[in-house]
Amino acid sequence: MKVLRFLLQKEFRQIFRDKTILAMMFAMPTIQLIIMPLAANFEVKNINVAYVDHDHSTYSEKLINKIGSSGYFKVVGAPTSFNDGIKFIEDGKADLVVEIPSGFERNLVREGKQHINVSVDAINGTKSSIGGGYLATVIADFNSNLDVNIKSPNGTGTRLMGTIKVKSSNWYNPRAEYKYYMVPGILVLLLTLIGGFITALNIVREKEIGTIEQINVTPIKKWEFILGKLIPFWIVGMIVFTVGLIVMYVVYGIFPQGSLLLLYSFAAIYLIALLGLGLLISTFADTQLQAMFVAFFFMMIFMLMSGFFTSTDSMPGWARQISNFTPVTHFISVVRLIVLKGSGFAEVKMELLYLVIFAILLNTLAILNYRKTN
Amino acid sequence: MKQLFAFIRKEFYHVFRDRRTLLILFGLPIVQIVLFGFALSSEVKNIGITVMDNAHDINAQQIVNKINTSTYFKMKAPARNYNDVERMFKAGTVKCALIFPAKFGSDLYHNGTADVQIIADASDPNTATIVANYLTNIISSYQQQINITTGGSYQIIPEVRQLYNEEQNGSLNFIPGVIALIFMIVSTALTSVSVVREKELGTMEILLVSPFKPIMVLVAKAFPYLVLSLINFIIILLLSVFLLDVQIKGSLILLFAESILFIITCLSLGLLISNLTNSQQTAMLMSMMGMMLPTMLLTGFMFPLENMPLIFRIISHIIPSRYYYDIVKAVMLKGLGFSYVWKETLILVGMASVLLTLALKNFKIRLS
Repeated sequence: MKVLRFLLQKEFRQIFRDKTILAMMFAMPTIQLIIMPLAANFEVKNINVAYVDHDHSTYSEKLINKIGSSGYFKVVGAPTSFNDGIKFIEDGKADLVVEIPSGFERNLVREGKQHINVSVDAINGTKSSIGGGYLATVIADFNSNLDVNIKSPNGTGTRLMGTIKVKSSNWYNPRAEYKYYMVPGILVLLLTLIGGFITALNIVREKEIGTIEQINVTPIKKWEFILGKLIPFWIVGMIVFTVGLIVMYVVYGIFPQGSLLLLYSFAAIYLIALLGLGLLISTFADTQLQAMFVAFFFMMIFMLMSGFFTSTDSMPGWARQISNFTPVTHFISVVRLIVLKGSGFAEVKMELLYLVIFAILLNTLAILNYRKTN
Repeated sequence: MKQLFAFIRKEFYHVFRDRRTLLILFGLPIVQIVLFGFALSSEVKNIGITVMDNAHDINAQQIVNKINTSTYFKMKAPARNYNDVERMFKAGTVKCALIFPAKFGSDLYHNGTADVQIIADASDPNTATIVANYLTNIISSYQQQINITTGGSYQIIPEVRQLYNEEQNGSLNFIPGVIALIFMIVSTALTSVSVVREKELGTMEILLVSPFKPIMVLVAKAFPYLVLSLINFIIILLLSVFLLDVQIKGSLILLFAESILFIITCLSLGLLISNLTNSQQTAMLMSMMGMMLPTMLLTGFMFPLENMPLIFRIISHIIPSRYYYDIVKAVMLKGLGFSYVWKETLILVGMASVLLTLALKNFKIRLS
């Protein structure tokens, strides 16, 4: 134990001596947590639509008014031909073009059925699927109004069997603001980046400078050495996490719905797992450049697979397996559950199990892979 | 000329000697393309849904059946009350709940209208919106279906065509972004670190006292990374075409020319960074944090630019990758010609010349 205390003393001295790195560890996540949610916004608003109306009838006008006034779309122009409409998309001015064919009203009244063409710029997947969905909803709504309008004046038309009124409500985030989803996720990402990179570079640095030789010749045990590296960064990580929570509350007004104790226990275990990974990379690499790139490689995969950007539900089976083997996935999901929905221990105990296994596995590997002799 | 070749050969030795970094360099684009192409999709599928059916009648059952056949949803255990719904939301197993009131069917028959409630877990707002849309559409198509059997119904059927991306290939949007990111890593980060490393190790001194022109030292430094970037570019294009079935719609020559222009911009940026610092760690931090993050955030490939606050949109105009991203999207995916991208190209040429002049001017022949 005494050995460990001295090691810790040494590590803390090193951390506090390098003022730039120290400032970076705390200032960078704070600044990024304030800035990033402003930029990282997947919210789709103002879908720009251009329409080509070949019919110029009452109904085509009504439909266009309906689309324009639905609140989802911004009408940016009314080109005269389809080719001109496509120009709008090519220039990036419009996201979708609605083309109403001539004879629209006549066919609708006579045959009860009429197609319209909708062309969506599908390169941006989220925008196109949300835009297409909104449009379908607006048209479905228009359809049911049509039934009433066309039929009721006669009074003799076949009685409609019924309309189903859909009421939808949003739980946990009634105004559907994106910040509630993004801020906890970004907090986890920043914690991961800081913890992962700094520990990945740490042992390598001692290798490069040569000071690791001095430690290797002492009777310090492997686990003591790794623990001596782990504990200081664990403390730093917990402080960064706390700072992040404070920023989250002060700047964005998000206070965890669930128990803080539970949140902190998860953070504690997650950090052990993450730092274990960093140290493992560090024992493998020979130069700081290598460690940086290997860490970057894993961080990139972790971030992409974690469900931070895209939902893990829509991944194919094999990808969901990879995602399950990524500690970040579990921590992001837990932080979102506890912070936004106030989930309790019973609901998240499986995730806890995953994280504990990661923590044990990665640190054991790091200890085993640290060689005192070459 | 012979000297230059000798120097370039020396730089290539440096690059090839570090096997692990090389492996990561080529592994990174491959893994990214595979993940973006097959694992990640912005499409919303397999959403967990629970139904709280207080009606237990045929109409409710028919709607549930319709939902069951949809690939968007994955039916989870039914809920008996709101507590059940909340418990499932909290465990994260479902993202939405559909609630039929008692007497749903009889209201529909006798009163002509009936209510149904959708509760969406809006902690993820986009998914909540998409889910509510899907459900509303399923319900209104059901409504039309029952109305057709009792009498005619007027309907407008939208025929949706997905331009440029018929199969709704989610990876399309990402490919240009991945290319820009890889160029930033290889050309900016690696170049700056490799120059600074020579300074740190002290070998820069030796290079500078040689009879070789100092500017040529920089040219020789940058050359291998230009080659590596191009190889990576070819790998990404091949993977996109043969693995992801993405068609390259525009001219390949134009695409290569624009890419070389962007690589030169990145290399100049890397050289400029290496002039500013003497430590590898600072160079890494500057190029990774200072350059990569803006590339990821402000080019529009991950997050839509139009949602951002004005200040970010202004800043995004000085980021070279933003223009390159637009060019690749236009040329590769939309098949547009040079006349559509000349403005972006001109801006990139301007940025490249300014950065290159700055980098060469600031290059110090005297150390310390």
